Amino acid sequence: MQLSLADHYREMLIIRLVEEQLMVAMTSGLVSGSTHLCIGQEAIPVGACSVLRKDDPLIATYRGHGWALARGVSPVDLMAEVMGRDSALNGGRAGSAYLSAPLNHFYGENSIVGAGVPVALGLAIACQRAGDGRVPLVSIGDGAMNQGNVHESLNMGSVLEIPMILMVENNGYAEMTPSHALTAVPAIARAAAYDIPGFETDGNDPIAVASTVAKAREIALAQSTTVLVEAHTHRLAGHYSGDVQAYRPAGELQEKHESCPLARAEEQLTQDEVTQIRASVVSYIAHEFAAATQIPAPSPEGAFDYVFSS
Amino acid sequence: MSSVADYPELSYIRAVNLALDESLQTHPEMIVFGEDVAIPHGPFGATKGLLAKFGDRVFDTPISESAMLGAALGSAMGGMRPVVEIMYADFLFVAMDQIVNQIANSSYVSRGMLKAPLVIRTQQGHTPGACAQHSQSVEALFAHIPGLRVAVPSTPADVYSILKASIALDDPVMVFESRKLYPTKGQVAVGQDDSGIGIARTIQTGDDLTVVTWGTARALVEESVASGAGAGASIEVIDLRWISPWDSSRVLESVSRTGRLLVVHEANTNAGFGAEVVSTVAEELGSRLRASRRIGLLGTPVPSSPALAQAVLPTVARVTSAITELLKD
Repeated sequence: MQLSLADHYREMLIIRLVEEQLMVAMTSGLVSGSTHLCIGQEAIPVGACSVLRKDDPLIATYRGHGWALARGVSPVDLMAEVMGRDSALNGGRAGSAYLSAPLNHFYGENSIVGAGVPVALGLAIACQRAGDGRVPLVSIGDGAMNQGNVHESLNMGSVLEIPMILMVENNGYAEMTPSHALTAVPAIARAAAYDIPGFETDGNDPIAVASTVAKAREIALAQSTTVLVEAHTHRLAGHYSGDVQAYRPAGELQEKHESCPLARAEEQLTQDEVTQIRASVVSYIAHEFAAATQIPAPSPEGAFDYVFSS
Repeated sequence: MSSVADYPELSYIRAVNLALDESLQTHPEMIVFGEDVAIPHGPFGATKGLLAKFGDRVFDTPISESAMLGAALGSAMGGMRPVVEIMYADFLFVAMDQIVNQIANSSYVSRGMLKAPLVIRTQQGHTPGACAQHSQSVEALFAHIPGLRVAVPSTPADVYSILKASIALDDPVMVFESRKLYPTKGQVAVGQDDSGIGIARTIQTGDDLTVVTWGTARALVEESVASGAGAGASIEVIDLRWISPWDSSRVLESVSRTGRLLVVHEANTNAGFGAEVVSTVAEELGSRLRASRRIGLLGTPVPSSPALAQAVLPTVARVTSAITELLKD
C-alpha cells in the first residue's frame, strides 16, 4: 500500500521532532552521554518501512531512532530509553545507540560501524529457510562501506543466494570526514563487484525511497539475492551530539536544509495540510516527551539479570 | 538403556561428529556451517557424512569469519540453532567484533527478548610444527566476556555431552576442542545427558593437593600423577571442563580440604584462566590456601620447531616438579 505524501510527511515530522526534542532534553541534562541524530535522513526509514512487511527483520546503525519510529516504536518508549529510563524497549540497557524493539521485528541499532550487516545476513538465512517471504533490511551509512564485514557479507549473500536488502544511507559524511575523501568508488559500484542488483535513489524523497525499496524487495525474493540500495541524503546534525561540525563548508547546512525531506514535502503539500499536520505532531511529541519524563529510572536490582537467557 | 559397559569406545573427533549428528536429528531448527564443513566433510572430519544425511542444513561458507559469526547470531535470533565451525581458534580474532560486541550482548541488552542459541565450535593448541598463528590456546580471552559460555572438553565423553548440551541451550556457547586430542579414544555415554553446564568433574580424590586442569593439559597431569608425582601424598584432580561460568564451589571445597592448589593449562600463564582460579580461591579461603602454583605457556608466542615448543609449553616434567614443590610447604 502506497502512503500519501501527507502520511509520509507526518511520519517524517515525528522523527524530526523527536530528534529535536532529544536535543533539548540533552541541554536540560536529561540525557546522559551522546546521541547520533538522523535529522535530514527521515525519508529513508519512512519510505522503506512503508513498503516493507511489518515482520521483515530490520537492523539499523546507532543513527537509528528514525528506523525504530518508522517501524512503529512509540516516541515515548524511544525517548524514555534514550533518557536511561525503565523504558518498554530495553529498560535503559541500550540507550540511544543500541536500542532494539524485538516485538516490532526491529533487531536493533548497532554501535559498531558495519557490524549489523553480517547479523542481518543471518536473519536473512533464517527467513529464507522459513520460506514465508520475509526479507530483512539492514541500513548502514556510506562510511560503513569500507568495513571488511560488509564486504564479507555482500559476497556471502551473493554466492549463497540470500534475499536481503542492504540500504546504504549516503549522508555525505563518514562520521566527520567527507565520504569522497575516504572511499575509492561509490557504494553503488560495489553491487556490480559482488554480482548483485544495485539501485540508487533520492534519499530525501520518501516516495522515491518507497518505490526503490519495493522493487529491491521484489527482486531479492524473486532472484534469491542480496540487493544493494544507495540512498542519497544529507545529515543535518553532527556525527554525534557534541560535534561542533567545524569541518563543514560555510553555507552548507543552510543549503542542505532547504532541500531536506521535510522542506521538499512542504513545497508539495498545501499550506493547510502542513499547518494541520505540524500542529498535531508538535502536540503529540510534547505529550509523549512529558510521558517519557514520568517513567522512572530502572531499578539497579535488575542489573544482573539476562546475562544469559537460560 | 544400555549399561556403562556397553558404551562404545570412540575417538574425540568421532564423538564430535556423533553429537552433531544426534543434535541435527533432535533440533529441526539446527544448521551447521563453516569453512569446508559440507562437501569436504570438515578439515578434521567433524562434520563427516552430515551433508549426505541432512542436506542443505549443512553448508559451506566463504573464508569470512565475521560474516559467518554474524550470520550465526542473526540466524539464531531469527529462530534457528546454528553451530558454526571456526577451523582454528586463532581465526576467532578475525571476527572478535561479532563475538564480543554482538553475540555476547544480545540477551542482556534486550532483557532476554533476543536469544542467541548458537554454538561456536573450534579447536586450539599446539601440535608439532604448527606455527604461532595455529597454536594458541585462547579460552581465557572469552571467559573474560560476560554473556559467553566457554567449555574446554578434554575427553571424547565430555566433548560429546558438552556439545549436545550446548546446542540445546538458548545461550551462545564457545566449545574449544583440540586437534591433538581428536585421535584419542575413550568410552562415550551415548544418549546420556551431560553432567551439567558449568559443572567440573573430579577425576580422582585426594587430601593433600588439588590440581585443577582442563583441555589438553589434563593428559599432562594424569601422566605426571600416574608416573608417581608426589608419591605418598594424596592428590585430588579436577577437570574444570567449563571455564565460564566455572565450578568454583567444587574447587573451593577441594582446596579447603587440601590447602594446596596447582592449576595447569596449555594457555599462556600471564593473565590465563589459572590466575582467576587462584585468585578466587585466595579471596575465598584466605590463609587456608597454604600454597599455589600455575603452569602454562611461558610467555612467548608458540614456536613451530618441536625443540623450541618443548621449552615454552607445559610438560609432564614441569607438572611433576610443581607437585613436588607444593607438597614441601
